[in-house]
Amino acid sequence: MTFLELLGYFNYWVFAILLAVGLYAVISKTNLIKKLIGLSIFQSAVFLMYITMDKVEGGTAPIIQAGVENPVFSNPLPQVLILTAIVVGVSTLSLGLAMVVRIKECYGTIEENEILDAD
Amino acid sequence: MIDLALDILSWILLTSGGVFVLIGGIGGLRLPNFYTRIHAASLTDTMATLLIFIGIILQAGFTLASLKLFAIMLFLLLTGPTATYALANAALLSGLKPDTGTAKDKTKENAPE
Amino acid sequence: MIYIFALFLLTLLVITAIAIVRAEDLFVAVILTSIFSLLMAINFFILDAADVALTEAAVGAGVTTVIFLCALALTGDQEKPQKQGQKVALVIVSILALVIIYSTFDNPQLGDPDAPVHQHVAPWYLEKTPEYMDFPNVVTAILSSFRGYDTLGEVFVVFAACIGVLFILGVSPPRKAMQVSVKKSGLRHHLIPQVVGRLLIPFIVLFGLYTQFHGEYGPGGGFQAGALIATGVILYALLEGEAEALRAVPRRVLLGMVVGGALLYGSVGVVCMLMGGAFLDYSVLAADPVWGQQLGILIIEAGVGMAVCGALLSIFHAFAARERVS
Repeated sequence: MTFLELLGYFNYWVFAILLAVGLYAVISKTNLIKKLIGLSIFQSAVFLMYITMDKVEGGTAPIIQAGVENPVFSNPLPQVLILTAIVVGVSTLSLGLAMVVRIKECYGTIEENEILDAD
Repeated sequence: MIDLALDILSWILLTSGGVFVLIGGIGGLRLPNFYTRIHAASLTDTMATLLIFIGIILQAGFTLASLKLFAIMLFLLLTGPTATYALANAALLSGLKPDTGTAKDKTKENAPE
Repeated sequence: MIYIFALFLLTLLVITAIAIVRAEDLFVAVILTSIFSLLMAINFFILDAADVALTEAAVGAGVTTVIFLCALALTGDQEKPQKQGQKVALVIVSILALVIIYSTFDNPQLGDPDAPVHQHVAPWYLEKTPEYMDFPNVVTAILSSFRGYDTLGEVFVVFAACIGVLFILGVSPPRKAMQVSVKKSGLRHHLIPQVVGRLLIPFIVLFGLYTQFHGEYGPGGGFQAGALIATGVILYALLEGEAEALRAVPRRVLLGMVVGGALLYGSVGVVCMLMGGAFLDYSVLAADPVWGQQLGILIIEAGVGMAVCGALLSIFHAFAARERVS
Protein backbone atom coordinates (compact mmCIF):
# COMPACT_ATOMS: atom_id res chain seq x y z
CA MET A 1 0.00 0.00 0.00
CA THR A 2 1.26 3.42 -0.79
CA PHE A 3 1.95 6.03 1.85
CA LEU A 4 -1.10 8.04 0.84
CA GLU A 5 -3.36 5.02 1.26
CA LEU A 6 -1.88 4.39 4.69
CA LEU A 7 -2.59 8.00 5.61
CA GLY A 8 -6.21 7.40 4.75
CA TYR A 9 -6.44 4.96 7.62
CA PHE A 10 -4.69 7.19 10.14
CA ASN A 11 -7.92 8.57 11.55
CA TYR A 12 -9.18 5.08 12.33
CA TRP A 13 -5.92 4.16 14.05
CA VAL A 14 -6.12 7.25 16.23
CA PHE A 15 -9.67 6.21 17.06
CA ALA A 16 -8.42 2.76 18.15
CA ILE A 17 -5.63 4.22 20.28
CA LEU A 18 -7.91 6.78 21.96
CA LEU A 19 -10.44 4.02 22.65
CA ALA A 20 -7.73 1.96 24.31
CA VAL A 21 -6.47 4.93 26.37
CA GLY A 22 -9.97 5.79 27.56
CA LEU A 23 -10.78 2.19 28.40
CA TYR A 24 -7.51 1.85 30.31
CA ALA A 25 -8.44 4.85 32.44
CA VAL A 26 -11.89 3.41 33.14
CA ILE A 27 -10.83 -0.08 34.11
CA SER A 28 -7.55 0.44 35.89
CA LYS A 29 -7.73 3.74 37.74
CA THR A 30 -9.29 3.67 41.18
CA ASN A 31 -10.22 7.32 41.48
CA LEU A 32 -13.84 7.82 40.42
CA ILE A 33 -13.30 11.18 38.76
CA LYS A 34 -10.42 9.75 36.72
CA LYS A 35 -12.75 7.01 35.56
CA LEU A 36 -15.27 9.61 34.41
CA ILE A 37 -12.58 11.53 32.54
CA GLY A 38 -11.53 8.29 30.85
CA LEU A 39 -15.15 7.69 29.88
CA SER A 40 -15.34 11.10 28.23
CA ILE A 41 -12.14 10.35 26.26
CA PHE A 42 -13.74 7.07 25.15
CA GLN A 43 -16.86 8.91 23.98
CA SER A 44 -14.82 11.48 22.05
CA ALA A 45 -12.96 8.69 20.28
CA VAL A 46 -16.28 7.24 19.05
CA PHE A 47 -17.34 10.70 17.82
CA LEU A 48 -14.07 10.95 15.90
CA MET A 49 -14.76 7.68 14.11
CA TYR A 50 -18.24 8.71 13.03
CA ILE A 51 -17.17 12.11 11.76
CA THR A 52 -14.24 10.52 9.92
CA MET A 53 -16.71 8.40 8.00
CA ASP A 54 -18.64 11.39 6.77
CA LYS A 55 -15.91 13.18 4.88
CA VAL A 56 -16.07 13.15 1.09
CA GLU A 57 -13.02 14.00 -1.01
CA GLY A 58 -13.25 17.60 -2.17
CA GLY A 59 -16.51 18.18 -0.33
CA THR A 60 -17.58 21.09 1.79
CA ALA A 61 -19.76 21.41 4.84
CA PRO A 62 -23.35 20.41 3.99
CA ILE A 63 -24.73 23.93 3.70
CA ILE A 64 -26.44 24.55 0.39
CA GLN A 65 -25.39 27.86 -1.07
CA ALA A 66 -27.32 29.46 -3.88
CA GLY A 67 -25.54 29.84 -7.17
CA VAL A 68 -22.92 27.13 -6.78
CA GLU A 69 -23.08 24.58 -9.59
CA ASN A 70 -22.86 20.85 -8.82
CA PRO A 71 -21.53 21.04 -5.31
CA VAL A 72 -20.00 18.08 -3.52
CA PHE A 73 -21.16 17.88 0.07
CA SER A 74 -19.90 15.85 2.97
CA ASN A 75 -22.42 13.48 4.44
CA PRO A 76 -24.70 15.25 6.92
CA LEU A 77 -26.12 12.14 8.58
CA PRO A 78 -23.29 11.17 10.99
CA GLN A 79 -23.07 14.82 12.04
CA VAL A 80 -26.67 14.73 13.22
CA LEU A 81 -26.07 11.55 15.19
CA ILE A 82 -22.96 12.96 16.84
CA LEU A 83 -24.71 16.24 17.74
CA THR A 84 -27.20 14.23 19.75
CA ALA A 85 -24.44 12.07 21.21
CA ILE A 86 -22.39 15.03 22.46
CA VAL A 87 -25.29 16.49 24.42
CA VAL A 88 -26.26 13.10 25.82
CA GLY A 89 -22.62 12.62 26.84
CA VAL A 90 -22.52 15.82 28.83
CA SER A 91 -25.82 14.92 30.51
CA THR A 92 -24.55 11.54 31.69
CA LEU A 93 -21.26 13.11 32.77
CA SER A 94 -23.02 15.64 35.00
CA LEU A 95 -25.19 12.91 36.52
CA GLY A 96 -22.10 10.79 37.20
CA LEU A 97 -20.32 13.72 38.83
CA ALA A 98 -23.33 14.41 41.06
CA MET A 99 -23.18 10.79 42.23
CA VAL A 100 -19.43 11.08 42.89
CA VAL A 101 -20.04 14.16 45.05
CA ARG A 102 -22.64 12.28 47.10
CA ILE A 103 -20.35 9.26 47.44
CA LYS A 104 -17.65 11.54 48.78
CA GLU A 105 -20.06 12.94 51.33
CA CYS A 106 -21.22 9.49 52.46
CA TYR A 107 -17.95 7.57 52.48
CA GLY A 108 -15.38 10.33 52.84
CA THR A 109 -13.28 9.14 49.93
CA ILE A 110 -13.54 8.66 46.19
CA GLU A 111 -10.99 5.91 45.75
CA GLU A 112 -12.77 2.78 44.67
CA ASN A 113 -10.82 0.26 46.77
CA GLU A 114 -11.38 2.28 49.95
CA ILE A 115 -15.09 2.50 49.23
CA LEU A 116 -15.31 -1.25 48.69
CA ASP A 117 -13.39 -1.84 51.92
CA ALA A 118 -15.69 0.43 53.86
CA ASP A 119 -18.77 -1.46 52.72
CA MET B 1 -0.26 43.86 -9.10
CA ILE B 2 -2.10 44.88 -5.97
CA ASP B 3 -3.08 41.22 -5.49
CA LEU B 4 0.55 40.20 -5.54
CA ALA B 5 1.44 42.88 -3.03
CA LEU B 6 -1.40 41.79 -0.75
CA ASP B 7 -0.29 38.17 -1.05
CA ILE B 8 3.29 38.95 -0.17
CA LEU B 9 2.21 41.10 2.77
CA SER B 10 -0.07 38.31 4.05
CA TRP B 11 2.76 35.82 3.73
CA ILE B 12 5.09 38.04 5.74
CA LEU B 13 2.49 38.67 8.45
CA LEU B 14 1.41 35.03 8.76
CA THR B 15 4.99 33.76 8.87
CA SER B 16 6.05 36.26 11.51
CA GLY B 17 2.93 35.38 13.50
CA GLY B 18 3.98 31.74 13.32
CA VAL B 19 7.49 32.67 14.45
CA PHE B 20 6.04 34.43 17.48
CA VAL B 21 3.92 31.38 18.33
CA LEU B 22 7.06 29.25 18.12
CA ILE B 23 8.98 31.62 20.39
CA GLY B 24 6.08 31.58 22.85
CA GLY B 25 6.02 27.81 22.83
CA ILE B 26 9.76 27.46 23.37
CA GLY B 27 9.58 30.04 26.15
CA GLY B 28 6.74 28.18 27.81
CA LEU B 29 8.89 25.07 28.01
CA ARG B 30 12.32 26.46 28.77
CA LEU B 31 11.77 29.34 31.15
CA PRO B 32 12.37 28.37 34.76
CA ASN B 33 9.54 29.92 36.68
CA PHE B 34 5.74 30.07 36.53
CA TYR B 35 5.62 33.84 36.26
CA THR B 36 8.18 33.96 33.45
CA ARG B 37 6.23 31.27 31.60
CA ILE B 38 3.13 33.47 31.74
CA HIS B 39 5.15 36.15 29.95
CA ALA B 40 5.92 33.67 27.19
CA ALA B 41 2.25 32.66 26.90
CA SER B 42 1.13 36.27 26.70
CA LEU B 43 3.40 36.69 23.68
CA THR B 44 1.17 34.24 21.81
CA ASP B 45 -1.93 36.04 23.09
CA THR B 46 -1.13 39.47 21.75
CA MET B 47 1.58 39.61 19.10
CA ALA B 48 0.75 36.40 17.28
CA THR B 49 -3.00 37.14 17.37
CA LEU B 50 -2.53 40.58 15.83
CA LEU B 51 -0.17 39.42 13.08
CA ILE B 52 -2.02 36.27 12.07
CA PHE B 53 -5.43 37.87 12.06
CA ILE B 54 -4.32 40.92 10.05
CA GLY B 55 -2.69 38.53 7.57
CA ILE B 56 -5.96 36.62 7.15
CA ILE B 57 -8.03 39.83 6.94
CA LEU B 58 -5.83 41.03 4.09
CA GLN B 59 -6.54 37.77 2.31
CA ALA B 60 -10.27 37.96 2.89
CA GLY B 61 -10.64 41.37 1.31
CA PHE B 62 -13.45 43.73 2.04
CA THR B 63 -16.26 41.29 2.82
CA LEU B 64 -18.42 40.37 5.80
CA ALA B 65 -15.91 37.66 6.71
CA SER B 66 -13.21 40.24 7.47
CA LEU B 67 -15.58 42.10 9.83
CA LYS B 68 -16.20 38.85 11.68
CA LEU B 69 -12.46 38.19 11.81
CA PHE B 70 -11.90 41.65 13.21
CA ALA B 71 -14.49 41.01 15.91
CA ILE B 72 -12.84 37.70 16.84
CA MET B 73 -9.46 39.45 17.00
CA LEU B 74 -10.88 42.08 19.36
CA PHE B 75 -12.40 39.36 21.53
CA LEU B 76 -9.10 37.45 21.75
CA LEU B 77 -7.12 40.60 22.48
CA LEU B 78 -9.55 41.43 25.27
CA THR B 79 -9.81 38.04 26.94
CA GLY B 80 -6.24 36.75 26.54
CA PRO B 81 -4.51 39.26 28.83
CA THR B 82 -7.43 39.01 31.27
CA ALA B 83 -6.87 35.28 31.54
CA THR B 84 -3.15 35.87 32.07
CA TYR B 85 -3.93 38.39 34.81
CA ALA B 86 -6.35 35.97 36.48
CA LEU B 87 -3.74 33.19 36.37
CA ALA B 88 -1.00 35.34 37.88
CA ASN B 89 -3.34 36.71 40.53
CA ALA B 90 -4.55 33.24 41.51
CA ALA B 91 -0.96 32.02 41.76
CA LEU B 92 0.05 34.96 43.92
CA LEU B 93 -2.98 34.57 46.18
CA SER B 94 -2.33 30.87 46.66
CA GLY B 95 1.20 31.52 47.84
CA LEU B 96 3.46 30.93 44.85
CA LYS B 97 6.08 33.60 45.27
CA PRO B 98 7.98 35.07 42.30
CA ASP B 99 11.33 33.42 42.45
CA THR B 100 14.17 35.86 41.94
CA GLY B 101 17.23 33.84 42.80
CA THR B 102 17.77 30.83 40.57
CA ALA B 103 20.27 32.16 38.04
CA LYS B 104 22.10 34.29 40.56
CA ASP B 105 22.62 31.35 42.89
CA LYS B 106 24.36 29.34 40.21
CA THR B 107 26.80 32.15 39.43
CA LYS B 108 27.51 32.55 43.14
CA GLU B 109 28.45 28.86 43.32
CA ASN B 110 30.77 29.16 40.32
CA ALA B 111 32.37 32.45 41.42
CA PRO B 112 34.98 31.21 43.93
CA GLU B 113 36.44 28.69 41.45
CA MET C 1 -2.08 20.02 2.43
CA ILE C 2 -4.66 20.31 5.08
CA TYR C 3 -4.30 16.60 5.77
CA ILE C 4 -0.80 17.15 7.14
CA PHE C 5 -2.31 19.60 9.61
CA ALA C 6 -4.97 17.02 10.45
CA LEU C 7 -2.29 14.38 11.04
CA PHE C 8 -0.45 16.71 13.37
CA LEU C 9 -3.64 17.43 15.29
CA LEU C 10 -4.49 13.75 15.63
CA THR C 11 -1.03 12.98 17.01
CA LEU C 12 -1.46 15.84 19.48
CA LEU C 13 -4.79 14.30 20.50
CA VAL C 14 -3.15 10.99 21.35
CA ILE C 15 -0.37 12.71 23.30
CA THR C 16 -2.92 14.75 25.27
CA ALA C 17 -5.00 11.66 26.05
CA ILE C 18 -1.97 9.78 27.38
CA ALA C 19 -1.02 12.84 29.47
CA ILE C 20 -4.53 12.97 30.91
CA VAL C 21 -4.39 9.37 32.03
CA ARG C 22 -0.94 9.75 33.56
CA ALA C 23 -1.61 13.00 35.42
CA GLU C 24 -1.95 12.46 39.15
CA ASP C 25 -3.20 15.92 39.96
CA LEU C 26 -6.87 15.89 38.97
CA PHE C 27 -6.95 19.62 38.33
CA VAL C 28 -4.27 19.18 35.65
CA ALA C 29 -6.26 16.30 34.19
CA VAL C 30 -9.41 18.43 33.91
CA ILE C 31 -7.61 21.31 32.17
CA LEU C 32 -5.99 18.83 29.79
CA THR C 33 -9.46 17.41 29.08
CA SER C 34 -10.65 20.84 27.98
CA ILE C 35 -7.60 21.13 25.68
CA PHE C 36 -8.49 17.67 24.34
CA SER C 37 -12.04 18.81 23.57
CA LEU C 38 -10.75 21.90 21.77
CA LEU C 39 -8.38 19.84 19.63
CA MET C 40 -11.24 17.49 18.85
CA ALA C 41 -13.40 20.46 17.81
CA ILE C 42 -10.70 21.71 15.41
CA ASN C 43 -10.44 18.20 14.00
CA PHE C 44 -14.18 18.07 13.42
CA PHE C 45 -13.97 21.36 11.57
CA ILE C 46 -11.25 20.04 9.27
CA LEU C 47 -13.47 17.04 8.52
CA ASP C 48 -16.24 19.42 7.30
CA ALA C 49 -18.52 19.00 10.31
CA ALA C 50 -19.13 22.64 11.22
CA ASP C 51 -22.19 22.15 13.46
CA VAL C 52 -20.52 19.36 15.40
CA ALA C 53 -17.34 21.43 15.87
CA LEU C 54 -19.37 24.31 17.29
CA THR C 55 -21.23 21.99 19.66
CA GLU C 56 -18.08 20.22 20.82
CA ALA C 57 -16.32 23.53 21.47
CA ALA C 58 -19.25 25.06 23.33
CA VAL C 59 -20.32 21.99 25.29
CA GLY C 60 -17.13 19.99 25.57
CA ALA C 61 -14.49 22.62 26.11
CA GLY C 62 -16.80 25.02 27.92
CA VAL C 63 -19.53 23.52 30.05
CA THR C 64 -17.92 20.15 30.78
CA THR C 65 -14.80 21.83 32.19
CA VAL C 66 -16.91 24.04 34.46
CA ILE C 67 -18.91 21.08 35.78
CA PHE C 68 -15.72 19.07 36.36
CA LEU C 69 -14.14 21.97 38.26
CA CYS C 70 -17.27 22.37 40.39
CA ALA C 71 -17.17 18.66 41.24
CA LEU C 72 -13.43 18.87 41.97
CA ALA C 73 -14.00 21.74 44.38
CA LEU C 74 -16.40 19.51 46.30
CA THR C 75 -14.21 16.40 46.35
CA GLY C 76 -10.47 16.23 46.60
CA ASP C 77 -8.12 17.05 43.77
CA GLN C 78 -5.30 14.63 44.28
CA GLU C 79 -5.40 11.10 43.06
CA LYS C 80 -3.78 8.42 45.15
CA PRO C 81 -1.25 6.31 43.22
CA GLN C 82 -2.54 2.82 42.58
CA LYS C 83 -0.66 -0.33 43.29
CA GLN C 84 -2.03 -3.25 41.37
CA GLY C 85 -3.85 -4.27 38.26
CA GLN C 86 -2.01 -1.97 35.90
CA LYS C 87 -0.19 -4.55 33.80
CA VAL C 88 -3.24 -6.71 33.21
CA ALA C 89 -5.27 -3.69 32.13
CA LEU C 90 -2.46 -2.55 29.83
CA VAL C 91 -2.32 -5.95 28.14
CA ILE C 92 -6.08 -6.08 27.68
CA VAL C 93 -6.37 -2.62 26.13
CA SER C 94 -3.35 -3.22 23.87
CA ILE C 95 -4.97 -6.38 22.54
CA LEU C 96 -8.21 -4.45 22.01
CA ALA C 97 -6.41 -1.67 20.15
CA LEU C 98 -4.56 -4.14 17.93
CA VAL C 99 -7.77 -6.00 17.08
CA ILE C 100 -9.52 -2.75 16.16
CA ILE C 101 -6.55 -1.58 14.07
CA TYR C 102 -6.57 -4.91 12.27
CA SER C 103 -10.26 -4.52 11.54
CA THR C 104 -9.93 -0.97 10.23
CA PHE C 105 -8.11 -2.20 7.14
CA ASP C 106 -11.49 -3.21 5.78
CA ASN C 107 -12.89 0.28 6.23
CA PRO C 108 -13.28 2.57 3.24
CA GLN C 109 -10.56 5.12 2.74
CA LEU C 110 -10.97 8.58 4.18
CA GLY C 111 -12.94 10.66 1.70
CA ASP C 112 -13.99 7.87 -0.61
CA PRO C 113 -17.20 8.99 -2.35
CA ASP C 114 -18.24 5.40 -3.07
CA ALA C 115 -18.33 4.34 0.55
CA PRO C 116 -21.59 2.67 1.60
CA VAL C 117 -22.36 5.42 4.12
CA HIS C 118 -22.77 7.96 1.31
CA GLN C 119 -25.15 5.88 -0.74
CA HIS C 120 -28.58 5.31 0.66
CA VAL C 121 -30.25 8.01 2.71
CA ALA C 122 -27.78 10.91 2.63
CA PRO C 123 -28.16 11.87 -1.07
CA TRP C 124 -31.94 11.77 -0.57
CA TYR C 125 -31.65 14.22 2.34
CA LEU C 126 -29.36 16.50 0.35
CA GLU C 127 -31.80 16.48 -2.56
CA LYS C 128 -35.04 16.89 -0.67
CA THR C 129 -34.03 19.68 1.72
CA PRO C 130 -34.40 22.51 -0.83
CA GLU C 131 -37.68 20.98 -1.95
CA TYR C 132 -39.30 20.45 1.44
CA MET C 133 -37.72 23.12 3.54
CA ASP C 134 -35.89 25.60 1.36
CA PHE C 135 -33.15 26.68 3.69
CA PRO C 136 -29.41 26.10 3.45
CA ASN C 137 -28.30 24.14 6.49
CA VAL C 138 -28.99 20.48 5.78
CA VAL C 139 -27.83 19.33 9.21
CA THR C 140 -30.48 21.44 10.95
CA ALA C 141 -33.10 20.17 8.51
CA ILE C 142 -32.26 16.55 9.28
CA LEU C 143 -31.92 17.18 13.02
CA SER C 144 -35.21 19.02 13.47
CA SER C 145 -37.47 17.63 10.82
CA PHE C 146 -36.38 14.46 9.08
CA ARG C 147 -35.08 12.93 12.34
CA GLY C 148 -37.06 15.12 14.70
CA TYR C 149 -38.15 12.21 16.86
CA ASP C 150 -34.55 11.50 17.90
CA THR C 151 -34.09 15.13 18.88
CA LEU C 152 -37.23 14.93 20.99
CA GLY C 153 -35.66 11.99 22.80
CA GLU C 154 -32.48 13.99 23.29
CA VAL C 155 -34.34 16.92 24.86
CA PHE C 156 -35.96 14.48 27.23
CA VAL C 157 -32.55 13.00 28.10
CA VAL C 158 -31.26 16.47 28.98
CA PHE C 159 -34.39 17.08 31.01
CA ALA C 160 -33.96 13.75 32.83
CA ALA C 161 -30.31 14.51 33.60
CA CYS C 162 -31.26 17.89 35.04
CA ILE C 163 -33.96 16.34 37.22
CA GLY C 164 -31.57 13.59 38.28
CA VAL C 165 -28.85 16.01 39.34
CA LEU C 166 -31.37 18.13 41.19
CA PHE C 167 -32.65 15.06 43.03
CA ILE C 168 -29.20 13.81 43.90
CA LEU C 169 -27.79 17.12 45.05
CA GLY C 170 -31.02 18.37 46.56
CA VAL C 171 -33.13 21.34 45.63
CA SER C 172 -32.86 24.05 48.26
CA PRO C 173 -36.15 25.68 49.27
CA PRO C 174 -36.55 29.43 48.75
CA ARG C 175 -35.95 30.20 52.44
CA LYS C 176 -32.43 28.79 52.35
CA ALA C 177 -31.55 30.89 49.33
CA MET C 178 -31.84 34.04 51.48
CA GLN C 179 -29.11 32.78 53.78
CA VAL C 180 -26.73 32.16 50.89
CA SER C 181 -26.92 35.78 49.76
CA VAL C 182 -25.35 37.04 53.00
CA LYS C 183 -22.08 35.33 52.20
CA LYS C 184 -19.76 37.35 50.03
CA SER C 185 -18.52 35.31 47.15
CA GLY C 186 -17.31 35.71 43.64
CA LEU C 187 -14.50 37.82 42.34
CA ARG C 188 -15.86 41.18 43.43
CA HIS C 189 -12.52 42.48 44.63
CA HIS C 190 -10.71 41.69 41.41
CA LEU C 191 -11.25 44.68 39.20
CA ILE C 192 -9.91 43.53 35.87
CA PRO C 193 -11.96 40.33 35.40
CA GLN C 194 -15.04 42.19 36.54
CA VAL C 195 -14.65 45.00 34.02
CA VAL C 196 -13.80 42.70 31.14
CA GLY C 197 -16.57 40.29 32.12
CA ARG C 198 -19.15 43.05 32.22
CA LEU C 199 -18.05 44.17 28.78
CA LEU C 200 -18.26 40.69 27.34
CA ILE C 201 -21.37 39.13 28.86
CA PRO C 202 -23.91 41.09 26.74
CA PHE C 203 -22.04 40.12 23.60
CA ILE C 204 -21.86 36.45 24.63
CA VAL C 205 -25.61 36.33 25.22
CA LEU C 206 -26.21 38.22 21.97
CA PHE C 207 -24.05 35.77 20.08
CA GLY C 208 -25.95 32.92 21.69
CA LEU C 209 -29.23 34.37 20.47
CA TYR C 210 -27.71 34.90 17.01
CA THR C 211 -26.65 31.25 16.88
CA GLN C 212 -30.14 30.18 17.94
CA PHE C 213 -31.98 31.96 15.19
CA HIS C 214 -29.31 31.58 12.54
CA GLY C 215 -29.25 27.81 12.82
CA GLU C 216 -31.07 27.37 9.55
CA TYR C 217 -28.61 29.39 7.48
CA GLY C 218 -25.29 28.38 8.89
CA PRO C 219 -23.85 26.26 11.66
CA GLY C 220 -25.88 26.78 14.77
CA GLY C 221 -29.14 25.71 16.30
CA GLY C 222 -30.66 25.10 19.68
CA PHE C 223 -27.97 23.09 21.45
CA GLN C 224 -25.08 25.42 20.71
CA ALA C 225 -27.17 28.47 21.58
CA GLY C 226 -28.30 26.98 24.88
CA ALA C 227 -24.71 26.15 25.82
CA LEU C 228 -23.49 29.65 24.86
CA ILE C 229 -26.13 31.49 26.87
CA ALA C 230 -25.54 29.18 29.82
CA THR C 231 -21.82 29.98 29.57
CA GLY C 232 -22.57 33.70 29.67
CA VAL C 233 -24.64 33.35 32.83
CA ILE C 234 -22.00 31.07 34.40
CA LEU C 235 -19.39 33.78 33.73
CA TYR C 236 -21.66 36.24 35.50
CA ALA C 237 -21.99 33.82 38.42
CA LEU C 238 -18.21 33.47 38.64
CA LEU C 239 -17.68 37.21 38.66
CA GLU C 240 -20.44 38.48 40.90
CA GLY C 241 -21.05 35.49 43.10
CA GLU C 242 -23.61 32.75 42.89
CA ALA C 243 -26.27 34.63 44.86
CA GLU C 244 -26.26 37.50 42.38
CA ALA C 245 -26.59 35.08 39.51
CA LEU C 246 -29.51 33.43 41.27
CA ARG C 247 -31.11 36.83 41.62
CA ALA C 248 -30.58 37.56 37.94
CA VAL C 249 -31.97 34.21 36.73
CA PRO C 250 -33.80 32.57 39.64
CA ARG C 251 -34.22 28.85 40.09
CA ARG C 252 -37.90 28.91 39.26
CA VAL C 253 -37.15 30.53 35.90
CA LEU C 254 -34.54 27.86 35.20
CA LEU C 255 -36.92 25.04 36.02
CA GLY C 256 -39.58 26.74 33.93
CA MET C 257 -37.17 26.94 31.01
CA VAL C 258 -36.29 23.26 31.21
CA VAL C 259 -39.86 22.08 31.54
CA GLY C 260 -41.14 24.64 29.07
CA GLY C 261 -38.60 23.68 26.44
CA ALA C 262 -39.43 19.98 26.58
CA LEU C 263 -43.17 20.74 26.70
CA LEU C 264 -42.92 23.11 23.74
CA TYR C 265 -41.26 20.47 21.63
CA GLY C 266 -43.78 17.80 22.54
CA SER C 267 -46.76 20.08 22.11
CA VAL C 268 -45.68 21.09 18.59
CA GLY C 269 -45.82 17.39 17.73
CA VAL C 270 -49.26 17.01 19.29
CA VAL C 271 -50.55 20.15 17.51
CA CYS C 272 -49.36 18.65 14.22
CA MET C 273 -51.38 15.55 15.02
CA LEU C 274 -54.43 17.61 15.92
CA MET C 275 -54.19 19.49 12.63
CA GLY C 276 -54.33 16.29 10.63
CA GLY C 277 -50.76 15.23 10.00
CA ALA C 278 -48.55 12.68 11.71
CA PHE C 279 -46.68 13.35 14.96
CA LEU C 280 -43.98 15.97 14.30
CA ASP C 281 -44.99 16.42 10.67
CA TYR C 282 -44.68 20.20 10.43
CA SER C 283 -46.03 20.69 6.94
CA VAL C 284 -49.60 20.84 8.21
CA LEU C 285 -48.87 23.80 10.52
CA ALA C 286 -49.49 26.42 7.85
CA ALA C 287 -51.20 26.70 4.51
CA ASP C 288 -47.92 26.52 2.60
CA PRO C 289 -46.06 23.27 3.55
CA VAL C 290 -42.60 24.85 3.19
CA TRP C 291 -43.50 27.73 5.50
CA GLY C 292 -45.11 25.19 7.85
CA GLN C 293 -41.85 23.26 8.04
CA GLN C 294 -39.85 26.42 8.71
CA LEU C 295 -42.28 27.55 11.41
CA GLY C 296 -42.21 24.17 13.09
CA ILE C 297 -38.41 24.07 13.04
CA LEU C 298 -38.17 27.60 14.47
CA ILE C 299 -40.43 26.72 17.39
CA ILE C 300 -38.78 23.46 18.27
CA GLU C 301 -35.28 24.95 18.05
CA ALA C 302 -36.44 27.57 20.55
CA GLY C 303 -37.70 24.75 22.76
CA VAL C 304 -34.40 22.90 22.50
CA GLY C 305 -32.38 26.04 23.28
CA MET C 306 -34.49 26.84 26.33
CA ALA C 307 -34.27 23.29 27.64
CA VAL C 308 -30.49 22.99 27.21
CA CYS C 309 -29.79 26.43 28.72
CA GLY C 310 -32.03 25.81 31.72
CA ALA C 311 -30.67 22.33 32.31
CA LEU C 312 -27.00 23.36 32.18
CA LEU C 313 -27.58 26.31 34.48
CA SER C 314 -29.59 24.22 36.97
CA ILE C 315 -26.80 21.65 37.07
CA PHE C 316 -24.20 24.38 37.62
CA HIS C 317 -26.18 25.96 40.46
CA ALA C 318 -26.79 22.55 42.04
CA PHE C 319 -23.02 21.96 42.18
CA ALA C 320 -22.09 25.50 43.15
CA ALA C 321 -24.55 25.81 46.01
CA ARG C 322 -23.30 22.74 47.77
CA GLU C 323 -21.04 23.20 50.75
CA ARG C 324 -17.95 21.07 50.89
CA VAL C 325 -18.11 18.29 53.47
CA SER C 326 -14.62 17.33 54.55
